[in-house]
Amino acid sequence: MIEVKDLHKAFGDVKAVDGVGFAARDGEITGLLGPNGAGKTTTLRMLYTLMIPDRGRVLVDGIDAVADPLAVRRRLGVLPDARGLYKRLTARENIDYFARLQGLPEDELRARREALVQALAMEDIADRRTEGFSQGQRVKTAIARALIHDPRNVILDEPTNGLDVMATRALRQFMLKLKAEGRCVLFSSHIMQEVAALCDRIVVIAHGRVVADATPDALREQTGQANLEDAFVKLIGSEEGLAA
Amino acid sequence: MNTLQTTPLRRSRAFLTVFLKEVRENLRDRRTLTSAFLTGPLLTPLLFVMLISFTVNRELDKAEQPLKVPVIGAQYAPNLVGALEAGGVVPQPAIADPERAVREQRADLVLRIAPGYAEAWRKGEPVQVELIYDSSQRDSGTPVDRVTKLVEGYARQQGAMRLVARGLSPGVAVPVVVAKRDQATAQSRAVLMFNMLPYLFVLTIFIGGMYLAIDLTAGERERQSLEPLFANPVPRWKIFLGKLAAICAFSTASLLICLLAFGVTGRFVPTEKLGMEVNLGPAFALHVLLLQLPLIVLLAGLQSMVAAFAKSYREAQTYLSLLMLLPILPSIALMVMPLRPKDWMYAVPLLGQHLGILDLVRGEGIGAVPLALCLGGSALAALVVALVTMQLYRSERLAISG
Repeated sequence: MIEVKDLHKAFGDVKAVDGVGFAARDGEITGLLGPNGAGKTTTLRMLYTLMIPDRGRVLVDGIDAVADPLAVRRRLGVLPDARGLYKRLTARENIDYFARLQGLPEDELRARREALVQALAMEDIADRRTEGFSQGQRVKTAIARALIHDPRNVILDEPTNGLDVMATRALRQFMLKLKAEGRCVLFSSHIMQEVAALCDRIVVIAHGRVVADATPDALREQTGQANLEDAFVKLIGSEEGLAA
Repeated sequence: MNTLQTTPLRRSRAFLTVFLKEVRENLRDRRTLTSAFLTGPLLTPLLFVMLISFTVNRELDKAEQPLKVPVIGAQYAPNLVGALEAGGVVPQPAIADPERAVREQRADLVLRIAPGYAEAWRKGEPVQVELIYDSSQRDSGTPVDRVTKLVEGYARQQGAMRLVARGLSPGVAVPVVVAKRDQATAQSRAVLMFNMLPYLFVLTIFIGGMYLAIDLTAGERERQSLEPLFANPVPRWKIFLGKLAAICAFSTASLLICLLAFGVTGRFVPTEKLGMEVNLGPAFALHVLLLQLPLIVLLAGLQSMVAAFAKSYREAQTYLSLLMLLPILPSIALMVMPLRPKDWMYAVPLLGQHLGILDLVRGEGIGAVPLALCLGGSALAALVVALVTMQLYRSERLAISG
């Protein structure tokens, strides 16, 4: 469970996040939807304690992110916008590194790692150095690395960015599996169909503010648009940065 | 509750995990390996020994070998020429324009005897012989000294004979004599040549850790892996310490290889030919290592700090190349203004190591107080730099790439 209350963050004069608040519940997929530069990544960075909010609170399973960032990080699995694998290490070694930083005992580490390697269908690449990995292989490795400590809450920043159709489909299946396991899944996207297909709840962000927070159906009703894409355009008030 | 149980375990492992991962990853990088374990530590001893052997052998050769000097007007002073020949000079036929020949480096030096030589000699008047040379040429120094000494020796001898012929003691003409008593021991003479040695060691440490320092901060940021790394439940200062330890491990290994190489190649330096005695054996190596230990941490900290400021790998590389000039300062300062080492100087990082290593080369060994000051001063500086860099690591901007 992730709760965000009235978050603010400014860089100089630019208000990147200007009063964002929402809740992502366990056993649901929550989509953070918004055009490029709307403040999605900055919001997520405050969630996983990389940045400290100027104002407002982040609670993960009831723990304040500013007061106890280490406890919050232990409860989060994070796929940041920057995937950043270590290219001189193999996929397995990349996963192991994060597992040890999470403090997993070695036997648990092996079991979890192999389960993830299997779940993400990456047996064929697991012992290759990540240098030269395709975008899809990189995302798989980064996701395995992020979930190695079996976190209740999963944050994925634009997870399908740069993936081909097959990889995107596989990733969506995987996210549904995470939801079925009862986890709280929060992901950001600027792709309409993806959000519509996956989300139990959509939080639309534009210009650093939440402009809508509802189920996909409620969103369609609210805007009077049958098509979610039209609903989105109406909500953010322009077609700026909208990509499919 | 599971969290609570594993907390102590997590504390102890984060540092080691980061350290081992960085070492393993960088052992797979050919460029880092080459510079840390091959070119860095081996090139300097090799160059140093080659340079010294070359210099020593050349100086020795010059002193012993026959010296060919074109002589103009040799026919006016057969006795003088005879005395020069006895001193190992081989007179060459006269050349037309000696000044030009010297400037154009066709001759190291030319001796010119004026046609009035014989006439003045007979009258007992002082006569002049000219030595034409170019002191901006490295080669001319020793031959000029040799010929000058021979001419002066001949003059003294002839002067004494004239006095004796007039019934006077030759001592009359020499009221004061300088007796030179050089207190330099064989080892202390070596110090002059080995003045660059401390800098070479520092340079080796610096190069050994440089690529790691760049890779672990600026490089990791450029590859965008710092953000996911910081999403782990490990305080950033522990990550930094693990990285610092990895840099230190590489630079220490680099220094060890360098010392080993000096121990081996040092045997080929023909110092004994110059009456010097230099011991670059195990005792020397151990002492150098001890002196450099706090400096290794200090340099690693400085490198990480500078690399943390840089936005990219390339930028960090540029900054660090500039930082590399820093350790040369004590060497230059001591060359320009030779200071008498005082105890407090040992407490200054870099300068302390410089003085300490020269003490070792001089064969005196390093005293307990200077040693303690040297280690303490550098350790304190290392601590300060590490704390400042730790502070830098806490900044929000550090993790964000782009």
